[in-house]
Amino acid sequence: MDKVKIGTCWLDGCSGCHMSLLDIDEGIVAVLKKADIVFGPLVDAQEWPEGVDVAVIEGAVSSQDDLKLAQVARARSKFVIALGDCAVTGNVPSMRNGIPTRKLLERIYVEGATATPGVPTDGVPGLLKQAGPLHEAIDVDLHVPGCPPKANAILLVLSELLEGRKPDLGSKLRFG
Amino acid sequence: MTEKVKVRIDGEVIAATPGQSILEVARANNKYIPALCYMEGLSSVGACRLCMVEVAGVARLVPACTTPVQEGQAVATNSPQLESYRKIALELLFTERNHVCSVCVSSGHCELQTLAQEQGITHARYSYNFPRLSVDTTHPRYVLDHNRCVLCTRCVRACAEIEGAHVWDIAGRGIGSRLVSELQRPWGEATSCTSCGKCVQACPTGAMAEKGWGVEEMTKQRAVVTRLTSMRGGQ
Repeated sequence: MDKVKIGTCWLDGCSGCHMSLLDIDEGIVAVLKKADIVFGPLVDAQEWPEGVDVAVIEGAVSSQDDLKLAQVARARSKFVIALGDCAVTGNVPSMRNGIPTRKLLERIYVEGATATPGVPTDGVPGLLKQAGPLHEAIDVDLHVPGCPPKANAILLVLSELLEGRKPDLGSKLRFG
Repeated sequence: MTEKVKVRIDGEVIAATPGQSILEVARANNKYIPALCYMEGLSSVGACRLCMVEVAGVARLVPACTTPVQEGQAVATNSPQLESYRKIALELLFTERNHVCSVCVSSGHCELQTLAQEQGITHARYSYNFPRLSVDTTHPRYVLDHNRCVLCTRCVRACAEIEGAHVWDIAGRGIGSRLVSELQRPWGEATSCTSCGKCVQACPTGAMAEKGWGVEEMTKQRAVVTRLTSMRGGQ
């Protein structure tokens, strides 16, 4: 039987959810017996491949690049998991949402800069008006909240999916 | 002795005192009905709509906290319909303001957060409102963060009914409603505030907290309010 293909990525997040994924410790051995991680910060692939079975997405959708990556991941994956509070609720990245993006960028890159004030335009993606949860940008099949989700919750989700069952977080469900 | 009334809650026949609410009787008999604005020792206002129950023969749902028990009443505390409405009510609370659990002083000790987890909410199906709200830090000992306020009015009632100071009120209407101290004076300038902190202890979320605590550090002494009422011979 072919191995299950898992892709992971982080959008507007702190990488904490990926740290928590690494925190499943030896659990990763059991996961990797049945699955390969084919895309993500933990592997080398440059582009989200076709035919991914499970997409694990951390972070809020905050920039045009975030939106594009989320859409590509959705289009090329069978099952999408919103991992962590940023992907589920917008969380900390969404705390900027009450401030217009231009004002926000000027406050940081003009008022807050001492060396070369000016809002960067080259090589950085444009910010969306608001940072929002993943399910407002693409269809999401499973939400795993937590900041970060506990390693045992992530392991439960991956193990259940690899067994062909839809995971029920039960008492492992937690925001914050 | 007052005559007891017999009610049926989830099939079990229970003898209750007339005047007691369905919620009080249910809780006294170890039957769980979720609630957020209800607090033992304070008057009930039926604001949060989480304690809605079904009463046989009544076409609409009723709030258990403000509905008195009646002879022969048959109450169902749980059903797929109630479950679905409770989830909707909670998701709307989460989307109305900015409840960012991960950076909240009350995370891990918050009634809203606990209720969401208990009811199996994994995400909100509604668009987030993301309002821009202020934080009142003018009081020397306490802080009021409107981002986390659910307008349950437990603080309003604790201050008015237990402390007798009535510093707090709700101003505005609908989604524009805001908790205000002393006719919109900053909390630190409210001369009627005795700084007793009962409002802080009564608050179910991180909307009111003692200053100086970090994320997850603010635990509340909610029993204080309930105990004061019972020591004064109240319910």
